Amino acid sequence: MNDMTKIERALEMKDMKISAKNVQVYYGDTHAIKDVSVEIEDKTVTAFIGPSGCGKSTFLRCLNRMNDTIDICRVEGDILLDGEDIYDKRVDPVQLRAKVGMVFQKPNPFPKSIYDNIAYGPRIHGLARNKAELDEIVEKSLRRGAIWDEVKDRLHAPGTGLSGGQQQRLCIARAVATEPEVLLMDEPCSALDPIATAQVEELIDELRQSYSVVIVTHSMQQAARVSQKTAFFHLGNLVEYDDTTKIFTNPEDPRTESYITGRIG
Amino acid sequence: MSAFWLLMIILALAAVGFILGRSRAISSVQGDRRQLHSLPNYYGFNVAMLAFVPAVLVLGAWVIIQPMMISSQVSTHIPAALYEDAGQLNLIMSDVKRVAEGLDVAIAQGVMTADEVSQLDTETTDVRAVLGNVGVALGSDVDPSVLKAAQEMRAKTTSGNLFMTIVVLIAAAAGFVMAFMQTHGDFRARNAVEGGVKALLIAAASIAILTTIGIVLSLIFNTISFFGMFPASDFLFGLTWSPEGRGGSEHLGILPLLWGTIYISIVALLVAVPIGLFAAVYLSEYASRTTRAFAKPLLEVLAGIPTIVYGLFALTVVGPLLVNFFGADGLGWMQGARSVMTAGLVMGIMLIPFVSSLSDDIINAVPQAMRDGSYGLGATQSETVKQVVLPAALPGIVGAILLAASRAIGETMIVVMGAGAAARLDLNPFEAMTTVTAKIVSQLTGDSDFASPEALVAFALGMTLFLLTLGLNVLALYIVRKYREQYE
Repeated sequence: MNDMTKIERALEMKDMKISAKNVQVYYGDTHAIKDVSVEIEDKTVTAFIGPSGCGKSTFLRCLNRMNDTIDICRVEGDILLDGEDIYDKRVDPVQLRAKVGMVFQKPNPFPKSIYDNIAYGPRIHGLARNKAELDEIVEKSLRRGAIWDEVKDRLHAPGTGLSGGQQQRLCIARAVATEPEVLLMDEPCSALDPIATAQVEELIDELRQSYSVVIVTHSMQQAARVSQKTAFFHLGNLVEYDDTTKIFTNPEDPRTESYITGRIG
Repeated sequence: MSAFWLLMIILALAAVGFILGRSRAISSVQGDRRQLHSLPNYYGFNVAMLAFVPAVLVLGAWVIIQPMMISSQVSTHIPAALYEDAGQLNLIMSDVKRVAEGLDVAIAQGVMTADEVSQLDTETTDVRAVLGNVGVALGSDVDPSVLKAAQEMRAKTTSGNLFMTIVVLIAAAAGFVMAFMQTHGDFRARNAVEGGVKALLIAAASIAILTTIGIVLSLIFNTISFFGMFPASDFLFGLTWSPEGRGGSEHLGILPLLWGTIYISIVALLVAVPIGLFAAVYLSEYASRTTRAFAKPLLEVLAGIPTIVYGLFALTVVGPLLVNFFGADGLGWMQGARSVMTAGLVMGIMLIPFVSSLSDDIINAVPQAMRDGSYGLGATQSETVKQVVLPAALPGIVGAILLAASRAIGETMIVVMGAGAAARLDLNPFEAMTTVTAKIVSQLTGDSDFASPEALVAFALGMTLFLLTLGLNVLALYIVRKYREQYE
């Protein structure tokens, strides 16, 4: 009986891509994230929602140690990726970020050609043996980013010349090109118009086949549309974390209910 | 009355105008300042402005124009037999001015009265001795016609000054009265004063621009007169520079100088660009906040050192050091402490803060989103700098390097002290060479006639230099502007 539970738990653990326990984040003296524990499943879209300044972006940036680039930021607690502590001293943050890719709020293509934008990651990590293979990676990534048909004739035009929505899909394709296991998205649609947003959302749904996707969003409709699990943050606390349908239809915490019905936030 | 006292009177009038205008404005609304269109001080300033500005403009114009008009009138009375060309007439006129000033001094010291001065005659009085007694030494005896011209000049100046005093005072009073009369609660004094301020700003801007135009025009005209005396093709394509050529043969070819300028600048840039750029990358990407706050001002101190001090450094430290290695005791490539290498190395050090400070600003202007994007893909810091930050900042960095290059080309003191004065076309960087700027100095500090080609060549050299640095600056600004368009 006892053994059975262990095996069952181990099986459950296998599906967990990232598990965070008692995470605290400080910016100088400010306590930005208070004791957050989350289990993020593989091949699932997890949405973080909450009012501005509630810490959801900060928490997202902890998951690939992007906060390391901010001097005054301090992270405590355990974050495990496939059971390994990513804040362990032996872990190279650079290697980690290759596994946990990130897409930012504002599209930030490099001032290079479209081709070089996509090839940047694979070149750094030596993923291609020759030019033909690199071409293949670029095409595959652009197809996954649902932008191939729009740019295939001008791969050597600068990436900064694309429209906002195209730029963001280019950035997603760029993140996908390094074959990450987890894709973090920090409000990827906030700078986009509704049509581009729809394209990106469709793309997120496709990416779910191969990756675990974590998305921070201000739009509750978007969270409801694209995610399977939703976490609600408020003032640095994780208030509620459950299946998306449950959060949006039958939340347990009164604060969650207030937020999704528009009474706070 | 002298111009100085006239100015004081106008100033006093303006000060009185300020007080009166202000109180008239207040009394026009029975002391209730809320009824005024503008704050009371604006009414005061308006009166002061109208009393002061037109009068001072008249005064300034008069002070400049009157001596010119008088001397051109007086010079027509000098007998044509005394001079052959305009140069000699100029010399006579300066004699006339000196005698006239001497007579003024004599009157001021009480040696003569104004009447005696106007009756003065070279046959009855030794004017030279009289003026010598009051402390004005003359080079030769005074010619009767010169004395006559000087007397005439004095008379015209005196009446002109009187006339000027009257006109200026009338202008001041008219402005004062006009502004005072229009001072009333409804008058828009604030707008009037601000119009005046705007005119002041426009005047300041035009002075800067007009001066530039004036300098360029003087360069152009002197260059043209130089090419009138010396063939342009020999200047532009001549391979020898020897202004005091023997047997009347002069060689004023610019190429050796241009080559020296470019060679030294290249050495300087080879030193300054890598060091400055690496320093900028360290400061903007790697250094902690405290290191940066400490190191950046220190580096910029280099930019504040006068170039003559760099010249000393080149002459006393760098030159001898190079001779130790490359001189007769070492490799034997170098003859003396002065060489292209000496000047180039020191100039490079001078340019480091220039390159690093500009590049640092440009690298900092690369959006953080670029770096985040690169880190987010698992790039290390150096990969990010090399492949994302520097390419994004490249146009700006090129602009910074071009600006540094135009400074290197225009640099004089380091070259004079570090590179020597021999104009030479040579490839050996341990040879002494010289630059365009250094030769301009030596051409104009000699005792040669100012109208000779040896002196006028300085303007042609200056023109060449100006076109060179102007071209570089325009190119740099063009590139920098193009870069700015990318992120805004």
